[in-house]
Amino acid sequence: MPTPILRIENVSKRYGKKDVLKGVSLTVNKGDLKILIGPSGAGKSTLLQCINFLVKPDEGRIWLDGQEVHYAHKRDLYAYRQKVGMIFQDFNLFDHLNALENVRIGMVKVRGMGNPEAKERAVMELERVGLREHMYKYPAQLSGGQKQRVSIARALAMDPKVMLLDEPTSALDPELIGEVHSVIRDLGNNGMTMIMATHQIGFASSLANEIIFMEDGRILERGTPEMIFCHAENARTREFCSKITELYGETR
Amino acid sequence: MPESVIAIGDALPYLLEGSLVTLIVVVGAMVLGLVLGVPLAAAQVYGPPVLRRLIGLYVWFFRGIPLLVFLFLFYFGLCTALDVNLSAFTVAIIVLGLISSAYQSQIFRGAILSLPEGQFKAARALGMSDLKAICFIVLPQALRLSIPGWSNEYSIILKDSAVTYALGVAEIMARAHFVATRTYQQLPLYLAAGVIFLILTYAGTKGLRLLEEKVRIPGYSPQGF
Amino acid sequence: MEEWLYIQTEVYPALMKGFWVSLQLILPSSILGLFIGIMIGVLRVYGSRPAMAAANTYVALFRGVPLVVQLFIWYFGLPYIKIYLSPFIAAVLGFSLCSGAYHSEYVRGALLSIRRGQMLAAQSLGFTKVQMIFSIILPQAIRRALPGCGNEIIYLIKYSSLAYMITCIELTGQGKILASNSFKYTEIFLIIGACYLAMTSVASLVLNRVEDRLRLPGFEHHRI
Repeated sequence: MPTPILRIENVSKRYGKKDVLKGVSLTVNKGDLKILIGPSGAGKSTLLQCINFLVKPDEGRIWLDGQEVHYAHKRDLYAYRQKVGMIFQDFNLFDHLNALENVRIGMVKVRGMGNPEAKERAVMELERVGLREHMYKYPAQLSGGQKQRVSIARALAMDPKVMLLDEPTSALDPELIGEVHSVIRDLGNNGMTMIMATHQIGFASSLANEIIFMEDGRILERGTPEMIFCHAENARTREFCSKITELYGETR
Repeated sequence: MPESVIAIGDALPYLLEGSLVTLIVVVGAMVLGLVLGVPLAAAQVYGPPVLRRLIGLYVWFFRGIPLLVFLFLFYFGLCTALDVNLSAFTVAIIVLGLISSAYQSQIFRGAILSLPEGQFKAARALGMSDLKAICFIVLPQALRLSIPGWSNEYSIILKDSAVTYALGVAEIMARAHFVATRTYQQLPLYLAAGVIFLILTYAGTKGLRLLEEKVRIPGYSPQGF
Repeated sequence: MEEWLYIQTEVYPALMKGFWVSLQLILPSSILGLFIGIMIGVLRVYGSRPAMAAANTYVALFRGVPLVVQLFIWYFGLPYIKIYLSPFIAAVLGFSLCSGAYHSEYVRGALLSIRRGQMLAAQSLGFTKVQMIFSIILPQAIRRALPGCGNEIIYLIKYSSLAYMITCIELTGQGKILASNSFKYTEIFLIIGACYLAMTSVASLVLNRVEDRLRLPGFEHHRI
């Protein structure tokens, strides 16, 4: 019996005259890995940022663990964001802190953990992503793949219930994608609930339990990887999938 | 020429005492400017529109009027009108500090604006409040980026501090003038004062460059600075 | 009523007189300063080795020493070696030499920012070095230096008040005399402050206008 952990209902967002999201609804069960695919401008990134209220949705409601999130209450919002980890396309590591401090700062300043305890946990998280020996390096001294792994460790240190990954590998050189993918795969195997936007459909189809195809601010079609990639009903989905397979199909 | 050398030699301890006064004024003004300038900058970037407008006005006001006019206004005008008894020395620090806060706020504002937006976003995504994000993520980076502008500000305040002589603050220039008019060795003494200022300028800038080197984030070279 | 009469008969004429003296100080000093700045800036980038060294020393000295000290040297110091300048001349000389040093910093930076290809192209067309500098490089560099130089001119407007300290009675000086006679320090210096605010604001508006007028499509430059 799957337990819903995150429920999004009818989320909409418009910038000026353009509707970027047109009423998206989504339910994520514990342990799910949902993959968002779709052309750029489809609203994947906006949706993920709306879920974390980094972009304030114009309409829509969101529940985490059966509790509705009232983002106007600052306290609720900050508490909610701790439980929803966010991974950015361009990493956004804090440039003035080394890897260890990057992972630690959230625990100390937001969760109010003591320094030694936070350090211990940070080292553990860095070890989990395979970066223990690089923990005193600054962001500018790390490769793209390492940076993204630090940012995953930073999010994990907050004990999130859900992780949102916004094209985590699209700013990486091809040879660095694998290391990040393997960290994400481990997360999935350990039961982390995730929503991830990506173009890496090879990776997506091997891991996802649902693929969601978005276009023009709407969910056009959703289903298992096999359904979407092999037997899509919608012509646009088929077209997009065949294009993207040509481009990214090989990467695992 | 030996006469002038003797005059400088005699006056040197007196002038060096003056440079201590100068340095206290400069450091006081810079600290005041920093304490006011940082919140002004943060408020001008992140505050509500009305506040931004007001800060813009503040900056315009303090950057648009000469130091000498402010010194006269505060020392002879406001202090009497408001019936507060401040020494010329205190007024000098306050006025230089207020003017500097306007300039420093723009240095910090530029630095804050030059940070990538993602830094703020990532802090929020961790659940930090805006205030925490500003204090722990934005400012530590922005202050580092501000050091070159700050070192520039130091050399400007140092030189401007010579103007406080007009209120009778016993800094380098006032003392040089005092000795010069009594010994009739004007040129040598003014040149000596100039040399002391040169030394202070370069020593300070050098010190701040060392500081910049020390707090530099390894491997990090922000664009546009 | 009495107040108004005082303003009309005493304050207004005195401030107008002072204002004119200030303008007479600012205009020639800023033009002369800019000219010196461009020449020194060019020397610092394209000059021969000794010329470069001399120009750099000049800039280091004039940027490192407070303007007040410089003014005192010109006015109170030079008589020591039998050179006598009027307060006005000493002030203009002091302002021009000092702001020239600052202008040269911006000019130098702008010159260095011009791409090498521009010079190669000019040389390949057979320009002499001087021709290349004045007809290809400088017209581009001036545009880049303009925001900084504009700031410098605004500084000059404010620093023109220091002429008072070498007994050249301009706006601030007139204000000081008025205020000492009437003891209305706050009022008088607020008015003086407003006059300077007006001058600096108008100047920055005009400078922005000039910058916009000189803007070339696609030739990036940053307003400070």
